[in-house]
Amino acid sequence: MSDSGLTGRDATAADVSSEAPPPDAPTVLELDGVSKSFGDEAVIDDLSLSVREGEILTLLGPSGCGKTTTLRLVAGLDRPDAGTVRLHGETVSGPASHVPPEDRGVGVVFQEFALFPHLTAAENVGFGLQDRPAAERETRVAELLDLVGLADRGDAHPDELSGGQQQRVALARAVAPEPAVVLLDEPFSNLDVDLRVEMREEVRRILKTAGVTAVSVTHDQEEALSISDRVAVVNDGRVEQSGAPESVFQQPESRFVAGFLGHAAFLPGRVVGGEVRTGLGPVDRARVDGLTGAYDRVDVDILVRPDDVRAVPDGDAPDGRVRARRYLGPTVLYEVELEDGTAVECMHNHDESLALGEPVEVVLRADHDLAWFPADQRE
Amino acid sequence: MATRSRRGGEEDGFGVAATVTSGVVAALLLVPVAYLVAQAASVGLGASVAILTRPDTVQVLVNSVALVTVVTAASVAVGVPLAYLTVRTDLPYRRATTILVSLPLVVPSYIGAFAFVAAFGPRGALLRLLAPLGVERLPEIYGFGGAALVLALYTYPYVYITTRAALRALDARLVDAARTLGEGPVSAFRRVTWPRVRPAVAAGSLLVALYALADFGTPAIMQFDAFTRVIYVDFTAFRQNRAALLSLQLLAATLLILGLESMVRNDDPVYAGAGSRSGDRVRLGPWRWPAFVGALAVPVLALGVPLGVLLTWFVRESATAGGTLATGPGVVLNSVSVAAAAALVAVLVGVPVAYASATRDSRLAGLFERVSYLGYAVPGVVLGLALVYLGVNALGPVYPTIALLVVAYVVRFLPQAVGSVRAAVLQVDPALPEAARTLGRSSVGAFRSVTLPLVAPGVAGGAALVFLTTMKELPATLLLRPAGFSTLVTRVWTAHSDGYFGAAVVPALVLLVVSGLSMLVIISREGYDVR
Repeated sequence: MSDSGLTGRDATAADVSSEAPPPDAPTVLELDGVSKSFGDEAVIDDLSLSVREGEILTLLGPSGCGKTTTLRLVAGLDRPDAGTVRLHGETVSGPASHVPPEDRGVGVVFQEFALFPHLTAAENVGFGLQDRPAAERETRVAELLDLVGLADRGDAHPDELSGGQQQRVALARAVAPEPAVVLLDEPFSNLDVDLRVEMREEVRRILKTAGVTAVSVTHDQEEALSISDRVAVVNDGRVEQSGAPESVFQQPESRFVAGFLGHAAFLPGRVVGGEVRTGLGPVDRARVDGLTGAYDRVDVDILVRPDDVRAVPDGDAPDGRVRARRYLGPTVLYEVELEDGTAVECMHNHDESLALGEPVEVVLRADHDLAWFPADQRE
Repeated sequence: MATRSRRGGEEDGFGVAATVTSGVVAALLLVPVAYLVAQAASVGLGASVAILTRPDTVQVLVNSVALVTVVTAASVAVGVPLAYLTVRTDLPYRRATTILVSLPLVVPSYIGAFAFVAAFGPRGALLRLLAPLGVERLPEIYGFGGAALVLALYTYPYVYITTRAALRALDARLVDAARTLGEGPVSAFRRVTWPRVRPAVAAGSLLVALYALADFGTPAIMQFDAFTRVIYVDFTAFRQNRAALLSLQLLAATLLILGLESMVRNDDPVYAGAGSRSGDRVRLGPWRWPAFVGALAVPVLALGVPLGVLLTWFVRESATAGGTLATGPGVVLNSVSVAAAAALVAVLVGVPVAYASATRDSRLAGLFERVSYLGYAVPGVVLGLALVYLGVNALGPVYPTIALLVVAYVVRFLPQAVGSVRAAVLQVDPALPEAARTLGRSSVGAFRSVTLPLVAPGVAGGAALVFLTTMKELPATLLLRPAGFSTLVTRVWTAHSDGYFGAAVVPALVLLVVSGLSMLVIISREGYDVR
C-alpha cells in the first residue's frame, strides 16, 4: 500500500479535528526500542512510540498484547529490559537509569480505578498535592471536582459513588498534580455498556479541558476510535500502525490491523490493465488506494468491509450464495460464500431479508478508496 | 492483563526491606530450636540410645501414643455424630445446640483438668457431697482415664467444626439421588455422605491429635506421664539430658502429625464450592428428643463441671470474710503487661513478614513466612525448654527475665499475628499502593498512607488474638518466669499443686472470659456462622 498517503492523511485529520494538537507540538513522551519479558515470555518487543503535547493517544490491541505493561513501564511501576523511555526529552527509564514512579510526574487512571477506600473523594483528589500549601490544595481539589462534575460529592467515600463517579474521581486524582502525561488503563472496562458511551465523551472533554497529554490502552476498537486523536495498534508487543483513527481504519497497513478494526474480508483479485478481476467481477483499479499501473499482472487482496458491499438476489449470474445470517439488532450481517470459496460479509438493514442458500450478486457500494494487500503476503 | 497478577511491581523498596526483615525474624526464630538440638547432641550417641531405650522412657512414648489415639478416637466418636445431628437432621434447637456443642473449645484444657480434679478428686466436691451417703471412694480421676476424658471433652469441637463445615458444603441432593437409586438412609450415608466428609473428619482428627500430643496442662494436672509432663518434671529435677531427648522426640512426633495434616488439607475437595442445602432433613421421629438430650450431654459435662466447680468455690470463698478471693491487682497487672508486650512485639515483627509474603512474588518471602509458623509446630513445653537452654548458655543476664518470657510468647503466637495481618494485606488491591506511587509517594510513604490504614483492622485483630492467647499460656510461663513473678495462669497452677482450689477461682474465671474473647475474635475474623 502507498506509504505517502499516511502522513498526508495524518495532517488532514489534525486539521479536521480542531481539538487535536498541531502536528508541530513538542514531543512529551517517547518510547524507544523498549522490550520487557516476564520469565520466558516477551510481552513487549522493541516497541517505539511518541506522544505530542496535548494529544490523546490510544494503544489498541488484543488482550495480552502488552498494552498494560507498556503503561506500567511509562509510569515506572516496572522496569524495561531494554530501550529507553523519555519524558520531555529526559530519560526516565534506560539502561543506566530509572526514575521511581513518584518522581516522574506521570498520572495513572487504574483499571479498577484504585481509589483509596479509606479516603473521601476530595482526599483522593488531593492525595498527590501533599507538597502544596493547604489553601492552594483546597482550591485545586475544588477546581477538579468541579471539572469532573462532582463538586457536591467531595465528602463521599468511594464505596458511596457509582462506577461513573468513581471514574471521574480517579481521573481528577490523576490530573490534579498536573502530570506530564496521564495514563488510562482500560478506562471503561469497568463500566456498564450504557455508561461507557457517555463516559467516553466525558473523559475526552475532561482531558481536553485540563489540557493534558494522555495515553490510554484498550482492546475495544470503538472506544479507541472515538476518544483518541491518534490510535496506535499494538500486536505481539509492537506498534503495527499509528495514525488518526480514520486513517488507521480506512487504510490499514497490515492484515492484522484491518482484521482487528472491524470486520474485514480479503477479496482475492488480479490486476489486469485498468481493472482488478475479482470474484465480484472487475473493480476499477483507480478505486483501489495506491494501486498504480506498476502492479500490472499482480495478484492482490482487496479489503472489503461489510458496509462496503451489499448482496442482491440474482438467480441468473450470482457471485455466490448466502451461507450464514447474523442478527445484530438494527442491522443484519449476511455471509456470502463466493464461487472461489472466499467469504464476504455484507451489512444490511434489519428489514432486508435473504434466505440461506439464496444465490446473490454482491455489489460494491463503497464511496471511498479501497485498501489492498499483496497476495504473496497472505498469512 | 497478564501483569495484574504480579503484585508489588519491581520498584517496591519497602517490600524488599520487609523481605529482609522477615528473613532476620525467621533466623532468630530458629535459634532456640538450634540450642535444643545442640543440647540433645551434647548427650552423645551412646548415652542417648541408653536413655531412650530405658523402660521408663519407652513408657512415656507408649503413654503419649495411647493418649493421642484414645482422645482422637473419642473426639471422632463424639464430634461426627453431633455434626450430623445438627446439620442433617430435624434435631430441635439446632442453632443453640451448635453453639453449645462448639463452646468447650473455649475452655483451656488445664482449667478443665483443674475443675475435674476439684470435682472428682480425692478431696473433691463430689466426694464431699456424697460422703454423708457413705461413699468413700470415687473412680480414680488422676492418670490415663482422667487425662483422656478431659482432653477429649475439650478437643472434640475440632472434629465437630470441620465435619460440620463439610456436611454443610455437601449437596444434599446427592443423598436424595442415592435414595432414589434404592439406597436406605444408612447405606446412603455410607456410600455418599461419608466419602465426601471423610477428609474433613481426618483434618479435624489431626488437629485433635496435635493438641493431645502437645498439651501440657492436662497430663500435668492429671499426673499422667505423657511427653509434656515428663519433660517438665525432668527439667525441674535437673535431668537435662532426658528432657532434651524427649523434647526432640516430641517435636518429631508433632512434625509427623503436622505433615499428615498438610497432606490431608492439600487434596481436600470438600470445602470447594458452597453446596446446595436443598433436600430434606433426616427425620428423627420419636428419637428427636432423646437425640437432643444426648447431644447436650457432652457439652453440658464439659462446660458444667468447670462452671459448677468455679461458681461453688466462688460462693463458698466469698462467704468467708477476708477469704482468698482477692487476687492481688499485681497478678492481673503482670498478666496484662506481659500479654500486651507480647502482642506489641508480635505485631511489629509480624507485619513485615506478612507484608512480604503477601505482596512479594518471591520464594524467599514465602519460606520466611512458613518459618514464622514454627510456634504452631513446637509444643509450648519444648519451646520453653529450648529458650531455657538458650538463656543459660548464651544469654546469661537475660535468663530468667520477663524479656525472655515475652520472646517465648512471641515465638509461640507469632503465627496468629502473621496470619491475621497477611489476610488483611491480601485484601488490599495492589494497584492502591501503586496509585500512591504515581501520585508522588515513596514506597515507604505509600505503605504508610495507603496500605497501613487499610490493614489496621487486621493488625488490631492479630494483636488482640496474641494478647488473649498469651494471657492463658501455661507451659512456657512456668518454665521461663522469673522467681516470684506470678500471673493469672501461675495462680491456677500453684493453687492446684498446693491443693488449695479456692485461690484459683478468680484467676480461672478471668481466664475463661479471656479465652471466650479470643474465640470471639477468631469467629468474627473468619465469619464462622452458626446457622
